[in-house]
Amino acid sequence: MQQLNRLDLYREMVRIRQYESRILQEYHADKKPAWDIGAGLIPGEMHLSAGQEPAAVGVCAHLKQGDAITAPHRPHHFALAHGVDMKAMTAEIYGRTTGLCQGKGGHMHLFDPENHFSCSGIIAQGYPVACGQAMAMKRKGTDNVAVAVAGEGAANQGAFHESLNLAAVWNLPVVFVIEDNDWAISVPRSHSTATASNADRAAGYGMPGVRVEENDVEAIFEAAGAAIDRARAGEGPSLLEIHTLRLWGHFEGDAQAYRGAELDTVDERDPIPRYAAKLVELGELTEDQTESIAAEAAAEVDAAIAFAVDSPIPAPEDALLHVFA
Amino acid sequence: MTATETPTRRITTAKAMAEAIGLEMRRDPNVFVMGEDVGAYGGIFGSTTDLFAEFGADRVIDTPISETAFIGAGIGAAVEGMRPVVELMFIDFYGVCMDQITNHMAKIHYESGGAVTVPMVLMAATGAGYSDAAQHSQCLWGTFAHLPGIKVVVPSNPYDAKGLMAAAIRDDNPVLYLFHKGAQGLVWMEKNPRSIAAVPEEAFTVPIGEAAVAREGTDVTIVTLSLSVQHSLDVAEQLAADGISVEVVDLRSLVPLDRDTVLESVAKTGRLLVVDEDYKSFGLTGEIAAIVAETDPTMLTKPLMRLAVPDVPIPYARTLEYGILPTREKIATAVENLMS
Ligand SMILES: Cc1ncc(C[n+]2csc(CCOP(=O)(O)OP(=O)(O)O)c2C)c(N)n1
Repeated sequence: MQQLNRLDLYREMVRIRQYESRILQEYHADKKPAWDIGAGLIPGEMHLSAGQEPAAVGVCAHLKQGDAITAPHRPHHFALAHGVDMKAMTAEIYGRTTGLCQGKGGHMHLFDPENHFSCSGIIAQGYPVACGQAMAMKRKGTDNVAVAVAGEGAANQGAFHESLNLAAVWNLPVVFVIEDNDWAISVPRSHSTATASNADRAAGYGMPGVRVEENDVEAIFEAAGAAIDRARAGEGPSLLEIHTLRLWGHFEGDAQAYRGAELDTVDERDPIPRYAAKLVELGELTEDQTESIAAEAAAEVDAAIAFAVDSPIPAPEDALLHVFA
Repeated sequence: MTATETPTRRITTAKAMAEAIGLEMRRDPNVFVMGEDVGAYGGIFGSTTDLFAEFGADRVIDTPISETAFIGAGIGAAVEGMRPVVELMFIDFYGVCMDQITNHMAKIHYESGGAVTVPMVLMAATGAGYSDAAQHSQCLWGTFAHLPGIKVVVPSNPYDAKGLMAAAIRDDNPVLYLFHKGAQGLVWMEKNPRSIAAVPEEAFTVPIGEAAVAREGTDVTIVTLSLSVQHSLDVAEQLAADGISVEVVDLRSLVPLDRDTVLESVAKTGRLLVVDEDYKSFGLTGEIAAIVAETDPTMLTKPLMRLAVPDVPIPYARTLEYGILPTREKIATAVENLMS
C-alpha cells in the first residue's frame, strides 16, 4: 500500500477546493443581471465537488499511470486528483479549442485518454465502462485497476447492479466507489435507498464492501488502499462507500430550499479546515505552510483560467467534425 | 365563467403543464405523479410546480434514480386502471429505460389484441440552446414517433401545454409529452416572450393529433414544432416587413400526425420549409417531405427545404452548438432562399 503522506493529501484537497471556488466565482460572474444558465464564459450546467475532496484525494493517492477512472456528472475533484491537466480541463469547461475535447464535451464530458479518465452525465453509466477498462487491463496482463465513481443516488440504477455482478463473476480489477453526499439533487438518501449502507449490497454480489462513515481523507485513504491493492493483486472487485458532504448546491443556481436546517451546519462539516486543524495539532503543518499551499494552488488555478480565457473559441463549422474516426 | 370571459392571466409553459396536472388530479383520484425531483422541488423544469404542496407525497412521488423501475411501475399502475403521469427528467435518459418504453408501454395494447390499455403519460424535457452538451440536449421525438404504439405530443406554448396535458392524461393510450426547456418560461434560462401567455384558468383540452396554423401566410409554409415554432413566428414577423408572407404550421402532435393541415398549407403557398431541432436524417423533416411527395409533388413550386440538426451529437461550446441548431437566422435565410 502507498505510504500515507498527510501534507500531500492536504495539498491536493486545497488545490481542488481552490479550483472549484474559482470556477464557482467565474461561472456566476457573467450571468447577471438576469441569471441565464446558457450565458457567460462558462455556460451550461455546473456541478461542483466542494466538500467531496477527501473522496477523490484518498482514492487517487493509490492510483498510478495506466489506472482508469470513470467519474459522473460531478467530475472535477477526481479529474484533478487523477492528474488530468488542469489547463486543458479548464479550457474544455470554457469551451475552447485547446480543451481536452476541443469544446465538444464540456464539464460533464471530460475525456483524457492519456490518464484513462472519463466522465458521463448519465447516472451510473460509468460503472459498466470501468468494468470494460478493467477487463482490458486484465487481458493485457497489467496490474492496473479501474475505479468507477458515482453518487449514492446512482447506486439505485440498473447499470450499477449489473456491473457489480459482472465484475465479481469475471473477477475484474475494479473498485466501485460511491460518494454518499446524502442528496441526489433534492431527494434525500432515506427516500431513495432501502439500506443504510451500500456496503451491505456488496455481499449480494460476492465482493467485499466497506462504508467509510467520516468524510476523513485518512480513513478513505486506508479503505481505498485495501480495495485497490486487492484489485491490483488479482483478487477481484470491491465496493467502497464514502459518506461525504455536498457543500454547495446540486448544480449552480440550486436554491437548496429542500435542505432545510441541515444547510445551517455544512460549513462546520467542511473537511478541509478540519484536516488543517488536525495537521497543525500533529505539528505537521504550520500557519505559513497553510498560506503557501493556498497561494501555490491559487496561482496554478489562475494560470489555468488565464490559459482557457486566452484560448481560441471553436469555429461553428467544427461542430461537424469527429462524428466518426 | 367561460374561457372567453376569463380575465387575461398570463402564465409560463411550465406553470400551464403543472396546472393541467393539478386539475386532472382533482377530478380523477387515479391520477398521480412520479419522477425524480417532482416533489418539493417541483420538477427541475417546473412541470410539477406546487403540486406537492397541494397533493402531498402520496400523489406526487419522488423516485430513486431508477428509471426502468419507475417507468415500468407507471405501466403497471396504468394497466390496473390508474392514470400515472411519469416524468423522465431529460429525454436523453431514455437509454436507461427504453425497454419499458418501447417493448412494454408502447406494445402492450397491441400485443394483447386490445385487451389491455396503458393510460399513462410519460413527460420529458427536450432541447438544446444552453450548452448542456451531447447527453442533455437532444429532442429525439422522431425516434419515439417512429416506434408504433406511443402518441407523441410536443407543445410550443403555454395554452397548448395545458390543453395537451389534460388530453394526454384523459387519453387511454400511452402519451409521450415532450416539452422544450427553452419554451418553459424558466427564470433561469434565456426565453422567448412567447413562453408566457394567456391561459384560461379552468380545465380544457387541446385535441391530440391536430396541428395549428400558428400564423397565416401566403408565400411560404414553415412546418415545425416546439421551440422552433417560437423562432419561426419571430422570423415570420421580421420577414413580413420585407413583404414575405410566411405561414407557420405548429404540428403540436407527431403521433397521430395531422397531415391535412400540412398539405392544405403547402397547397396554398407552394413553398415548404420544414424546421426541426431533432437530427435530420430518418426523421420528421423527411417524413413531412414524403407526405407531400406521396400526395402531390406538383404542389411545390420550388424544391422543399429541410433545416434540422445535421446528424451530429449536440456539442458543448456555444459557437459549436449554435452552429448546428436551427436558429432564427438560419430559418430566415432558408425562407429567403425559397423566395429567390
Ligand atoms: C439516468 C439519469 N437519470 C437522471 C439524471 C439526472 N440527474 C443528474 S444528477 C442526479 C442526482 C445524482 O445523485 P447522486 O448520484 O447521489 O450524485 P450527486 O449529484 O449527489 O453527486 C440526477 C437525478 C441523469 N443524469 N441520468
